[in-house]
Amino acid sequence: MAWHAIEAFIVLNVLLGLVAYVTLLERKFAARMQSRIGPYYVGRPHGWLQPIADALKLMMKEDIVPATSDRAVYNLAPIVFLVPCLLIFATLPFAPTLGVADLNIGVLFFLAVSSLEIVGLFMGGWGSNNKYALLSAMRAVNQIISYDLPFIFAALVPVVLAGSMQMSSIVAAQQGLWFVAYPLIGQLAFLAFVVATLAAENRVPFDILEAESELVAGFRVEYSGMKFALIQLGEYAHMLGTSFLGALLFLGGWLGPGPAALGPLWLLLKAMVIFLLVTWVRWSFVRIRVDHILAISWKLLMPATLVLLLAAGFVVATRGAGGG
Amino acid sequence: MAATQTQQVVEIGYGGNERLMMNMGPQHPSSHGVFRMILTLEGETVVGVDAVIGYLHRCHEKLGESLTYVQYPSIASKTDYVAAMTAELAYVSAVEKIAKVEVPRRAQYLRVIVAELQRIASHCLWLGTWCLDMGGALGGGATVFLYCIREREMVLDRFEELTGARLLYGFHQTGGTRYDVPPGWDKKVRETVDFIERRLDEYESMLEGNTFFRVRTQGVGVISREVAETVGVSGPLIRGSGVGYDVRRAEPYSSYGDFDFVVPVETAGDCYARYRVRMVEFRQSIRIIRQALDGLPEGPISSRPGVKSVAQVRVPKGEGYTRIEGARGEIGCYIVSDGGPKPYRLKWRGASFSNLAVLPYIVPGHKVADVVAIMGSVDPVFGEVDR
Repeated sequence: MAWHAIEAFIVLNVLLGLVAYVTLLERKFAARMQSRIGPYYVGRPHGWLQPIADALKLMMKEDIVPATSDRAVYNLAPIVFLVPCLLIFATLPFAPTLGVADLNIGVLFFLAVSSLEIVGLFMGGWGSNNKYALLSAMRAVNQIISYDLPFIFAALVPVVLAGSMQMSSIVAAQQGLWFVAYPLIGQLAFLAFVVATLAAENRVPFDILEAESELVAGFRVEYSGMKFALIQLGEYAHMLGTSFLGALLFLGGWLGPGPAALGPLWLLLKAMVIFLLVTWVRWSFVRIRVDHILAISWKLLMPATLVLLLAAGFVVATRGAGGG
Repeated sequence: MAATQTQQVVEIGYGGNERLMMNMGPQHPSSHGVFRMILTLEGETVVGVDAVIGYLHRCHEKLGESLTYVQYPSIASKTDYVAAMTAELAYVSAVEKIAKVEVPRRAQYLRVIVAELQRIASHCLWLGTWCLDMGGALGGGATVFLYCIREREMVLDRFEELTGARLLYGFHQTGGTRYDVPPGWDKKVRETVDFIERRLDEYESMLEGNTFFRVRTQGVGVISREVAETVGVSGPLIRGSGVGYDVRRAEPYSSYGDFDFVVPVETAGDCYARYRVRMVEFRQSIRIIRQALDGLPEGPISSRPGVKSVAQVRVPKGEGYTRIEGARGEIGCYIVSDGGPKPYRLKWRGASFSNLAVLPYIVPGHKVADVVAIMGSVDPVFGEVDR
């Protein structure tokens, strides 16, 4: 029991450090795309101290609570938002035996918990008592509920193919062939997964919750200082968690050439590939409108992922092996 | 204004009955300056829009009446600070019209070159900020914005070499221009426009091949031909609505008649049509610049001798109105002179001001996200709206 607590502590801290440096990675990547340099001066070379400087800055900022806000809801929202985003890492294994808890329903746990962030998000939007924030929260509920279903269906395709909800056995099932290389079904499911990921994480082109050119900063427009940092942290942690999930479900997790000890590195590398893919999309598309977003989800992504799921089930049934 | 506004509210058959008033601006990431739109929302749909302007009012017309003909051209550029060259040109043309001053041909060609370079610079900023509005400062919009700013920067460098200034130039003066081109400048301008022309292809393939971009712009903010003519919009807005009106063609000034160029016309009237018009204008401006550089005549750059005192230039009694095609549309300048060193009365017709008046006709019925797309496609500069 105690060991689990220590393990969780280590994972949490490594994770927070990773989140900080993922922001740096994204900023450098975006800068390259836009023919800029990006963070540079805070910590040579290439601004490696920038995330720390950002965190310090946010910590030292004044914590402003709007006079008209619903104080309790407003103050609680960042925490309610952050906790599920960190909790999703509980079931992510980083190597066959490395991880907090390799539950036999790991994927289900991940999907269930990651959907909970919407509660914190709506609390933030409502508690701020700001019209921008309220509109953003309304959009959030619309969007996240619409995209959770395709997200879940896309994530279930590897589950069906592997015949297990345990992350480690899903990875083990990819020993011969990564699920992303699975003919047709694998690629389409991966594509749907990435699109749904973009939407579930409120990334451009689906970032209508934040939409700074319309809603200023959306549900977090009134947040400052550390509360803002917590929301930001949650968002990036969620993104990182989903990237890890994608790497585990589709890209063969820790499988890769070299000794088994390199497993976690492979996993990190694959997760970063997904993260950069999402980032690449983010910095090259314009935002789409709320009605189109919903149309894409319900008219295209939902039926498509459902058909994929059925196809995967059909394949497994005819193969006659591994079916759950 | 409020009364006309109420008439503009479109009944859209929404089942609910709660309307939300939302302020967009004056301090808002996409207000393009300081502009306040009071939106009436039903859910996400805008049913009414009321516009409040005047946050950037600097008594520009009064200022024009208290500064002499020598002083004001460099201040005139502050009306439309994104396309400063054209505003100056409107003022000095009006003065020249009253004083019946002949402008040397070299100066006329130089005026055309800077006006078209300015149009390119202004359209660069428009494309960047418009995409920024639609794509977000933390998304693809920022990428396009930074690309466009990079190109605008090159044009500003050319202006800096010419005048020493990067935003407000003071290049024009009554009777001609204040500066002649430095050695090697024309070669640099040619390189700049060649470079920008190549980059335009990149933008077009990046944006037009993008379904999201087309979905956001096609069929959004449609200005019908009737509305465009009634409201009196000009520039890319009216050309996007099927009216081929361009002051450069309709009433050539500064030797525009010498050049061969096409006035682009699109009939759809939506944001995408206005985008297409401006993209063609980029290329036509480049074409005009090349022709003007090729045919740049030798000779004096100003018919007016240098002045020792700012009050030395006097204009005979009379009045004059000139209009020129700025980057945003028709810029008009009306001057009444009483024979002194300063205008008795000065009136600006800002292109952005007239274009902005179309908002209540096209915004209602759209989603909040479309409001910023429409605003961006109208391309107002609030220095010119409020003056």
